[in-house]
Amino acid sequence: MNSIVCIKRVPETAEATLKIAPDGKKLEAENLVFSLNDADNYALEQALLLQEEFDGDVIIISVGPSETDEIIRMTLAKGATSAIRITPENIDELDANAVASLLAEQIKELDYDVVFTGAFASDDAFSQVGSMLAEKLEIPHITMAVEMNSQEEEETEITRELEGGLTAKYRMKFPAVITVQTGMNEPRYASILGIKRASQKEIEIIEDADVPESKVVLDKISYPAEGERAEIFSGTPEESAQKLAEKLKEKGLI
Amino acid sequence: MSKDIFAIIEHRQGKIQDVSLEILTKARQLSGETGGQTVAVILGSDADEIARSLTTAADKILYVENEKLAHLHSDYYREALSSIIDERKPLLTIFGHTSASFEIAPSLAAHLDIPIITNCVDFHIDGEKVIAKVPLYGGKIDSEYSFDVQNGGIISLLQGAVKAEDGQKSGEVEKISFTFDKDFDSKEFLGFIEAAAGEIDITQAEKIVSVGRGIKDEENIALVKDFAESIGAVLACSRPIVDAGWLPNERQVGSSGKTVKPKLYIALGISGAFQHLAGMKNADTIIAVNKDPNAPIFSVAHYGIVEDMFKVIPALKQKIEEMK
Ligand SMILES: Cc1cc2nc3c(=O)[nH]c(=O)nc-3n(C[C@H](O)[C@H](O)[C@H](O)COP(=O)(O)OP(=O)(O)OC[C@H]3O[C@@H](n4cnc5c(N)ncnc54)[C@H](O)[C@@H]3O)c2cc1C
Ligand SMILES: Nc1ncnc2c1ncn2[C@@H]1O[C@H](COP(=O)(O)O)[C@@H](O)[C@H]1O
Repeated sequence: MNSIVCIKRVPETAEATLKIAPDGKKLEAENLVFSLNDADNYALEQALLLQEEFDGDVIIISVGPSETDEIIRMTLAKGATSAIRITPENIDELDANAVASLLAEQIKELDYDVVFTGAFASDDAFSQVGSMLAEKLEIPHITMAVEMNSQEEEETEITRELEGGLTAKYRMKFPAVITVQTGMNEPRYASILGIKRASQKEIEIIEDADVPESKVVLDKISYPAEGERAEIFSGTPEESAQKLAEKLKEKGLI
Repeated sequence: MSKDIFAIIEHRQGKIQDVSLEILTKARQLSGETGGQTVAVILGSDADEIARSLTTAADKILYVENEKLAHLHSDYYREALSSIIDERKPLLTIFGHTSASFEIAPSLAAHLDIPIITNCVDFHIDGEKVIAKVPLYGGKIDSEYSFDVQNGGIISLLQGAVKAEDGQKSGEVEKISFTFDKDFDSKEFLGFIEAAAGEIDITQAEKIVSVGRGIKDEENIALVKDFAESIGAVLACSRPIVDAGWLPNERQVGSSGKTVKPKLYIALGISGAFQHLAGMKNADTIIAVNKDPNAPIFSVAHYGIVEDMFKVIPALKQKIEEMK
């Protein structure tokens, strides 16, 4: 049983100070650390679990710059079989539809049962690529998967997340696209042996793909408007804690 | 292309989702500008009552009926929606940015070969362009995306981005008995599963101490748990803490967890992503401790400390104890 996992290289931004580049359309990359998109890590784990159960290959595929190879190596170290990196010329200008088309063109050439993507990328949170990919491959899909069970080689029972803790269960036949929500499993770490083996695995690089037209354009990015901000208590941790405690007392909250 | 704005209405177990009333409000505002109609589109079976309940909200309520549409099924939904969009050519089709739209909107756009922008907090039509504001990187950066709307387009709007208002329309229901040319039986809806009741209901708590990924390690949870207990608060968390298995589901605050409205909400090491804010921004007093001064949580918090939480928590615990 073969799986394909679509992965995206994204910057770790939660703790970073973000600076907008002079073109006003992207972040200054200098001080940023890039990693595997969180949801894709869970998608990869689900593919590796299927591989353990049914054998077969796990093929990684990504549309990204050459630096993506570092992240691809990590996925190979965890147990993925091989990888494809697609690096078209105008890579910064692709919309989700163009990315999905590029992925679909390659995936069509492969022998697969399931295509996994993350439910959303932490940079744009669009949640578009997976379900578009299914449309282009003309196979069924389920997005926001949080559980997969009664696994068989031809079909699966799959639970997708709705809002407020509610979920819905479906049965779906393969081949299919599944977009994986965070928390679906417990992603593994790469072993030392895995890391050694990964360096011998192949990353196929495709630079001459036909780039489909992008209909959606990023015009600019900006810092959020200041708006109303919290009153900040400053000083040493003791001083600020003192001020906060006084405020809580004044409001009758302690 | 017509000048009409379609709003895709989401209903589940007999109830219209709040976000649908918000996108209808937005659709009325836009169709006022374009001179077209606001059309509420309902897919389902046994949804006549729901359709009728929207007559003041839209100029027309298009109720597309078939038993296959009783529950969300991406193939049947795509067939039905693409057929009516193809036929009636709305200028713009609006979805709420919910789990249901993740399932159908992007593939619908790909199928119709029209542009789509999802995850928006606002958008407007400017001539032949749709311009949308999308929060990036968990809300730390704003962006503007656009597309040409000559051939239609799709937008999904985050819940809570627009305030729902009552409509003054007197729309009529047009019911279409839809037929499908083929069966899509490679996928089948089996049923809903409600979240199991946990040992604690955080929605009832008067004080909540909530912890996020800033906690770094499972073993540090004990520290915030102890702090929460010392001030008589209930411990809650952001999604990554539940994903990691450090706290159970029932403690999660946010769009895919619980919505809380305590007197006091203390967010420790939580960045303040839109989906988290959706679950707590109406708390009476919000306090944030975060070492990043630009964390979006500070835009909803009333009071804040920009500092390492591991330094603040012990100090705060002690100061509060001294004051009691
Ligand atoms: C469909 C969908 C549904 C979702 N539902 C929910 C939901 O219900 N609830 C939810 O919470 N999220 C939800 N999310 C996820 C959400 O988008 C964010 O990813 C999540 O809220 C981030 O959690 P966080 O703030 O704990 O982590 P991060 O965003 O990683 O932030 C960690 C913060 O901790 C700070 N920090 C780090 N170390 C320290 C320290 N020592 N002291 C002080 N501060 C520190 C950092 O500066 C940072 O601001 C959902 C996402 C999607 C797509
Ligand atoms: N450039 C890319 N290359 C490969 N996969 C991608 C790319 N962009 C997005 N994806 C996949 O699509 C998912 C959803 O991304 P998005 O639609 O941007 O939210 C991600 O979690 C990835 O699995």
